Amino acid sequence: MCLALPAKVLGITGETGTVELGGVEIDISLALLDDVQPGDYVVVHVGFALSKIDEAEARATLAALHAARQAAAPPPPQHRNGGEEAAG
Amino acid sequence: MKHVDAYRDPVLAKTLRAAIAEEATGRRYALMEFCGGHTHAICRYGLEDLLPPTVTMIHGPGCPVCVLPIGRLDMAIELALRPGVILATYGDMLRVPGSNGNSLLKAKAAGADIRMVYSTQAALDLTEKHPDRQVVFFAIGFETTTPPTAVALAHAKAKGLRNFTVFCNHVLTPPAIDAIMATDGTDGGIRIDGVVGPGHVSTVIGTGAYEEAADKHRRPIVISGFEPIDVLESVLRLVRQINRGEARVENGFSRAVRRDGNAKALALIDQVFGLRDSFEWRGLGAIPHSALQLTDAYADFDAERRFGLVHRTVPDHKACECGDILRGVKRPSDCKVFGNACTPDNPLGSCMVSPEGACAAFYLYGRFRDVAATA
Ligand code: SF4
Repeated sequence: MCLALPAKVLGITGETGTVELGGVEIDISLALLDDVQPGDYVVVHVGFALSKIDEAEARATLAALHAARQAAAPPPPQHRNGGEEAAG
Repeated sequence: MKHVDAYRDPVLAKTLRAAIAEEATGRRYALMEFCGGHTHAICRYGLEDLLPPTVTMIHGPGCPVCVLPIGRLDMAIELALRPGVILATYGDMLRVPGSNGNSLLKAKAAGADIRMVYSTQAALDLTEKHPDRQVVFFAIGFETTTPPTAVALAHAKAKGLRNFTVFCNHVLTPPAIDAIMATDGTDGGIRIDGVVGPGHVSTVIGTGAYEEAADKHRRPIVISGFEPIDVLESVLRLVRQINRGEARVENGFSRAVRRDGNAKALALIDQVFGLRDSFEWRGLGAIPHSALQLTDAYADFDAERRFGLVHRTVPDHKACECGDILRGVKRPSDCKVFGNACTPDNPLGSCMVSPEGACAAFYLYGRFRDVAATA
């Protein structure tokens, strides 16, 4: 029951958010977060958003991982830099 | 899928695998992933196969269903069988074996009104549909499920609901990590060199909550996300800290976790819950100040007080090794009944029930390899 994926917020009515989770739209509670906007990604647990994904931190993490990879080995011929943007 | 696919990149996994193999040399590294979500990810992606023989992953007790002792489950079953009561529970609890081969599922078959809910809001909705019945929410879990229970209690109090109570079994992660790190391997526990810390729990409590344990036991803790790249990177960070003799808390899940956690959720928890003096965990025994109870201001919503429930300690099934598995001393394949008498369809112990339980994760993703390797 602690397994969760980041869900994209599609719309907000009061404390209720409609999110897309693995291709399915569901309603969740946003009672535990402030400042959530449509388009944000949130970590959802038992029907509640617990945390908002910080896009800048996500980019920084992936940039550091890919930099370490490039330092360790030359990039493979058809590699895609970043990956995250393409995965949007 | 955004924020998922990028952390499953096989090229990154290869780089991390090589870096771990290069740096994890000259000693053994016993690393515990505390959280059952990580155990699940490790089994699902076969991450143990990517680690060098010097690194051992020890599966921890961070599975809410697994650590609840039989005595507490028996209390829920007893409650559910009382006339006029509707017991609302997360689905994972239904098949957990209680004493004498009992379970909530069997109680339901015997006529108890037990409803599976996906959120605390669904439990509250039942109070409106059934104003003449007492709805009890069977609250279990770590700091991820606690804030939703707190939200429901705050609503119930604000509305003055007379037919809603909570049977509170919420437990705390830091005291359990402290108890596990306190063992030196001679007292029936296992010595852990570093901890892969829970990602989702930390969205609520923050990385700061682990600093005391890391300091006290002089061993590193790295908070991790749940994708394979997250877990491999956390292992690498732990190996590096161990090699340098460091014992810091690092945030390997910074896209979701902040140092101070979720202030709004923590304030709600504080408003509704207080610490219990002690609480019994399956496998770990009684741990002081490791669980929550409703404060006096919420006494009217406390099922233990309203229904006069009393906890008795009940031993686990004789053949079941869940206790040792939750302490990291044994692996699922060490259990004689694993995969034969005990399967997810017919679990004898709690570790075989939810997908975060070590036995269930091994059964679903790796049992043939693991059994073959240890046979
Ligand atoms: S396989 Fe079943 S009986 Fe054995 S330890 Fe796991 S849950 Fe318990």
